Amino acid sequence: MNDIFVLIEHRQGVIRDITFELLACGRDLANKNNAKLTAVILADNFEKIIDKIKTQAHKIIAVENPIFKEFNAESYQIALVEIIKKENPFLTLIGHTAFGMDLCSSLATELKLPFTTDCLDIKIDDEKLSVTRQMYDGKLNSKVVLKESPSYMLTLRAGCFPAEDSSLDAEIEKIDSPISVEPDYRKFIEYIEIVAGEVDITQSDIVIGVGRGIKEKDNLPMIEEFADAIGGVVGCSRPIVDAEWLPKDRQIGSSGKTIKPKLYIALGISGAFQHIMGMKTADTIIAINKDPNAPIFNEADYGIVDDLFKIIPVLKNKILEMKA
Amino acid sequence: MNIIVCIKRVPQTAEAEVRVDSSGKDIEKDRLTFDTNESDTYALEEAVLQKEKFGGSITVITVGDEDSEETLRIALAKGADEAIRIKAENFDELDGFKTAQILQSIIKNMDYDAIFTGCMATDDAYSQIGPTLAELLGIPHASLVTKIEINDDIAQTHRELEGGLLEHLEIKLPALFTIQTGINVPRYASLIAIRRAARKELKHIGADELAKDGLNSNSFIEELFHPPITKIAEILTGSPDETSQKLAEIIKEKI
Repeated sequence: MNDIFVLIEHRQGVIRDITFELLACGRDLANKNNAKLTAVILADNFEKIIDKIKTQAHKIIAVENPIFKEFNAESYQIALVEIIKKENPFLTLIGHTAFGMDLCSSLATELKLPFTTDCLDIKIDDEKLSVTRQMYDGKLNSKVVLKESPSYMLTLRAGCFPAEDSSLDAEIEKIDSPISVEPDYRKFIEYIEIVAGEVDITQSDIVIGVGRGIKEKDNLPMIEEFADAIGGVVGCSRPIVDAEWLPKDRQIGSSGKTIKPKLYIALGISGAFQHIMGMKTADTIIAINKDPNAPIFNEADYGIVDDLFKIIPVLKNKILEMKA
Repeated sequence: MNIIVCIKRVPQTAEAEVRVDSSGKDIEKDRLTFDTNESDTYALEEAVLQKEKFGGSITVITVGDEDSEETLRIALAKGADEAIRIKAENFDELDGFKTAQILQSIIKNMDYDAIFTGCMATDDAYSQIGPTLAELLGIPHASLVTKIEINDDIAQTHRELEGGLLEHLEIKLPALFTIQTGINVPRYASLIAIRRAARKELKHIGADELAKDGLNSNSFIEELFHPPITKIAEILTGSPDETSQKLAEIIKEKI
């Protein structure tokens, strides 16, 4: 079988965690299918990156050019079309990240490759490709079969393949960049950090997370009182920030903060995977949600299936009594 | 500023029980409620805001069944000028790629400065249509967009990255933007506007009116199933007083 390609993702000079997960997944597929794993690096300075991944792949294709200092889907696409056409890998794996989501579909479309996105697992049977995906707010999984082709492209969800040590010694091929000027129709300008507020939810041992289930902004003070009683701070899932009930720096999840508290209590949070990514390493996770099928219960250690408005006032008083 | 907005009617599954139907490849829909896909409502609002600033017109397009006409009428009530339904019932195996090809075959003949889509549909969660459609149309795109400021033919654009970081980039119009939730605060349609929209004519496009040559799917759903349970929470049962008591004891032990 032809090679498995993994696209190395880096940002501000740092290799992203998803890269090592992609490499672990790619190695696993390569081993099972008697193929080689090739890591593809586009960077402004590739030596530093090569150093960190050379034990992780059989081969590295490295392209160096200042335009690859930051990610630009259009520049990446121009370069990768050339490389993939020439090398003809069986599969190109990209992270299902802000970077990969922006790139994969248009790149695969230009190359006329069957593709799909946000895969949790990948199977190759007799050079036929099928994947596991998630649908309907994480309530169901699907097995998706791709149209038969000599070459495919997929994006892989973060957190599905643990990064692993490996002791390969990659053969390194440095190639000239197929592009040296950023396209005039899309230009990277800068990164912007979110402004930090007065509460840093990453620093608290106890975090109370609120989601859509709190219904109205007017219910937030009740949650704040509960957080005060238990000695924690209030964070939230995305819909609460979208509705502007809490500032962006309280958002827990892949596009917000990653927290590792001793105790995390999710109130009215269904448990979209983007949220789970931000809190799954908490020591103890408690979920209160009236939907017994909410995916959050698959992550929690303890759960109550009930209306949070019935539980929280009672729970607050019991905790205050215990403290007294 | 002529803007095309691609929208989709989806089942609201975040707080509902979702069951696989007898085909094993689809869900039972009869007990679910449907609404405009969440990020599509933000895409439409963004288009209305741009129209309020620059003038022009908004066309909403959906590839959907007859029930999606309700979704189109809500969009008309919120400020869209024209609405097109491409009859999904005329097509099978509608994955993101095929849907994008169908949209492209209509949009390529239209006059537009920008195309807005939601960044992800909550039913199939592909996030494919925007970038695929842009590629098929030969225009640039940016996905997960949280801010658009247009000056002449340049859009100062923010994209949302992981860890709370934003990327600021410049995109030359015409371009496609996949809109992230939270970019604006979507308005509600007024009753008067809804009544007015009910009388507006919708355009319908069937398979006969499309060049079907070369329309193909990339991927096929073979099976839907409930996710394997990797960890089971210990569910505390009883009255609110009993469950709260049990939980308070657990919390006391953990902190």
